[in-house]
Amino acid sequence: MASGAFAESGADLELVGIQKRFPGFTAIEHLDLTIPAGSFFALLGPSGCGKTTTLRLVAGLEDPTEGRVLIGGKDVTKLKPYQRPVNTVFQSYALFPHMTVLENVAFGLRRRHIADPLGKAHEALRLVELDHLATRKPQQLSGGQQQRVALARAVVNRPALLLLDEPLGALDLKLRRQMQLELKSIQEEVGLTFVHVTHDQEEAMTMADTVAVMNKGEIEQLGAPQELYELPRTAFVANFLGQSNLFTGKVTGTTSSAITVDIEGVKIIVPSKRAQRHTGEVTVGVRPEKLHLLLKAPKVDSSVNVLGPGRIIDVSFSGVSTQYILTIPGIGKVTVFQQNMSSGPLAHEGSEVWVSWDVEHGFGLADEPAASPKFSADTDTATIALQKKQALMSELEEA
Amino acid sequence: MISKLGFGKWALPLYAIIALTFLMIPIAYTFIFSFNDSLKTNIVWRGFTFNKWLDVCNQQEVCEAFGNSLIIGVTATVCATILGTMIAIALVRYRFRFRSAISLLLFLPMATPEVVLGAGLASEFLTAGVDKGMVTIIIAHTMFCVSFVVVTVKARVSTLDPALEEAGRDLYGSPNQVFWRITFPLLLPGIIAAALLSFALSFDDFIITYFNSGTTNTFPKYVYVSAARGIPAEANVIASAVFFLAIILVLISQVSSAIRRKRLEKVS
Amino acid sequence: MAFGAFATGVAREQGPRRKSRIALLLLLPGILYLMLFFLVPLISLVLTSLQEPIPNGDIGEYQTAFRWENYADVIGTYGEHILRSFIYAILATIFALLFSYPLAYFIGVKARRWPLVQNLLLVLVIAPFFISFLLRTLAWKSILSDEGFVISGLKALSLMAPDAHFTGTAASVIFGLTYNFIPFMTLPLYSTLERLDTRLLEAGGDLYANPAKTFFRVTIPLSMSGIVSGVLLTFIPAAGDYINASRNFLGGSGTAMIGNVIESNFLVTLNYPAAAALSIILMAVILVMVTAYVKRSGTEDLL
Repeated sequence: MASGAFAESGADLELVGIQKRFPGFTAIEHLDLTIPAGSFFALLGPSGCGKTTTLRLVAGLEDPTEGRVLIGGKDVTKLKPYQRPVNTVFQSYALFPHMTVLENVAFGLRRRHIADPLGKAHEALRLVELDHLATRKPQQLSGGQQQRVALARAVVNRPALLLLDEPLGALDLKLRRQMQLELKSIQEEVGLTFVHVTHDQEEAMTMADTVAVMNKGEIEQLGAPQELYELPRTAFVANFLGQSNLFTGKVTGTTSSAITVDIEGVKIIVPSKRAQRHTGEVTVGVRPEKLHLLLKAPKVDSSVNVLGPGRIIDVSFSGVSTQYILTIPGIGKVTVFQQNMSSGPLAHEGSEVWVSWDVEHGFGLADEPAASPKFSADTDTATIALQKKQALMSELEEA
Repeated sequence: MISKLGFGKWALPLYAIIALTFLMIPIAYTFIFSFNDSLKTNIVWRGFTFNKWLDVCNQQEVCEAFGNSLIIGVTATVCATILGTMIAIALVRYRFRFRSAISLLLFLPMATPEVVLGAGLASEFLTAGVDKGMVTIIIAHTMFCVSFVVVTVKARVSTLDPALEEAGRDLYGSPNQVFWRITFPLLLPGIIAAALLSFALSFDDFIITYFNSGTTNTFPKYVYVSAARGIPAEANVIASAVFFLAIILVLISQVSSAIRRKRLEKVS
Repeated sequence: MAFGAFATGVAREQGPRRKSRIALLLLLPGILYLMLFFLVPLISLVLTSLQEPIPNGDIGEYQTAFRWENYADVIGTYGEHILRSFIYAILATIFALLFSYPLAYFIGVKARRWPLVQNLLLVLVIAPFFISFLLRTLAWKSILSDEGFVISGLKALSLMAPDAHFTGTAASVIFGLTYNFIPFMTLPLYSTLERLDTRLLEAGGDLYANPAKTFFRVTIPLSMSGIVSGVLLTFIPAAGDYINASRNFLGGSGTAMIGNVIESNFLVTLNYPAAAALSIILMAVILVMVTAYVKRSGTEDLL
């Protein structure tokens, strides 16, 4: 990056055939990704899925084993971090403890010999409403304030690309909500491209215009938050973004607009355009809040899918809604969220019930739930944590 | 039960007070006997006087030995701190071959009894035909201080959040700038601590010094050699003065950091 | 403490070696220095230990040889001293541990609420470091001498036989070793106890362990790394020390340790091979004991 000049505006980011291997494990298998200029992009995934590594590759803090990184169409793969028009808001904020807030913010400007670094630093601090604390040391600030200083320190350089590495992870819930909104409005104000890494699905959905769900070093699905939620393509996405009820069966019939799946003798209809596969074994899913709980068997209706009868085994009340868990013989457990419209629960433990949902609300997945079961998460996180530790160790070694 | 609880509550603090008092006994003794109106030896109490404090260099030999100890301490500290800090940074920041061999080489001097270190160096100097004196003492002291510097500075290096340096690089700092503007200032407290430790080790060392000093006298060596015929009160004066200087320095740093902590708490 | 600091030193060999040129520049001066003035002396010591006297030569004149009998000779002559050194050092280490643990526990756990008090207590623990090692040992010699009030008081109370002595005995040497190395024991104990999560002790109590059981089953295992560091930092210098055992300090005619005979052989009788052989034996025994101890206490990663 030429010194003395700011980036004109946000630039687009392109990752081409990225692979990253660490000694002992592969963090990213194969990654192709394009992020358009000016967007607020979220990389969402469980810890160890490779999202932070991706971010570090873009920042230049890590070199890809294979592949190229392009920013605004320019290949920056070989450039050092200090030569890239990219700034990062670190997870630990990484504010320099021996400098004042103001000097922290002016650090990048000074390194690039940009005129009037202090004036610009003050301006950036005003943006995050912390100019009155400019002479403090970082340790004298609260977590939320430190977070905002870290943001100002990155934004003040007007990078083509701003990377945020779980920047809200250390804040408490209330502050996190507030910061989410502030970040969003700052992004709109300065018009930079934001790439935000997080494991918090709610955070990703509220802030980003595009979310990429990552798992085991690969992107499972990419799209607008609502799109991902309404039409997940894989079992991992269906379960990582909110909850889903999944049923697997064989396709027995196909029409021009829908497929029919046989789940233990019950015919379930899924619109063709909402199903990823149209033949063979297909996993069908439906969100718990889309289910209706019925105390009597409903009339047959081709626009509604029905499962049942089953028995309620658990009822838990959580304010706005009530969660029912029921077991249906041959099919297994089903979760239902019911808005608390009337007082008192609709059904009780032991009640015999049916569930139904609009055909339009179901979705058909591209894989089986067994491919990424939520239940083996324990062993999974253990190995992931180990990998993460190794990764951190080697990062530390490398630094 | 109640009496047992009461005992349990007081036993530990009481023990701590007794234990710490016990640790202070020889210090107090040395300090008190620096005021002894002694003649050549300083064993029997002969009356109170300030004279030994006012005229320390009356015993020229003590003063000269003390001066030598200062020169040796400062020189060895500077050498050991530079060498050790470089090694500590390399150990934490870089990857290289023979790492475990190097770690062992750094660890062994600390696990080797001083007699062995002293005798080994002395036998090397003997074989090489080097005359023992001030220079050989400085060489010896630098040698055993290096490992302690590495340990101290390395501890500081490893508490540094590596993200700080990454942030420096991310914010357009070249490797050079990142080192001098971020890494070094953050390491400075560790380097200072290492230097103070080195000086203390060097200043009080006797065994290694004794094997490699030739005719050069240092303060501990003076005390050892004169132990047989009695030590003048001037030695007590010097030891007490050094003690109080060190204690005052430590207390100032402790209290000022406590004040800083208080101020931080108030702010947040 | 000091020993634990090298825990991460033995790193896994891995990945591309970056910037090894800078690492080399940083390492080279210090490593060369240590090789020249630590490693070469050790080798020189081994060679010296195998030398033989020059026939018809003067005292202190030796020539290169492989006289392994030197080792048998010194073990025959000084076996008693070698044994005594390790017994004294082991006893002093045990006493220092017993003395230091409650003190470190008080400072590290009980005094946690008052950081300033905690730090001031710590300053008191290391205060003996600030006064000359030799002078504080001599101070004990005077205090515990036959004419001193402690011994004469004990004698007046008939707690000690009228013709008994304290200075010059084995007990006095062990006492001196214990006193002088207490800070080395207390500091590492403190630094692990200071990080001890007291909620674990509460959990122990919650799970029906009485205080004693909690102490032996929870506190001690959790502070094991501090105990190991403290034991090593005390035992090694104590085994090689010769100030306390010296006749002019707390020792007597029957208390000479291996350090004393190394000193007298090297600097007085100029019997360099004997001094060198004794040094090698001392170092070897210490390394064997330390390795065995560290292995047994299950904290191998310390080394």
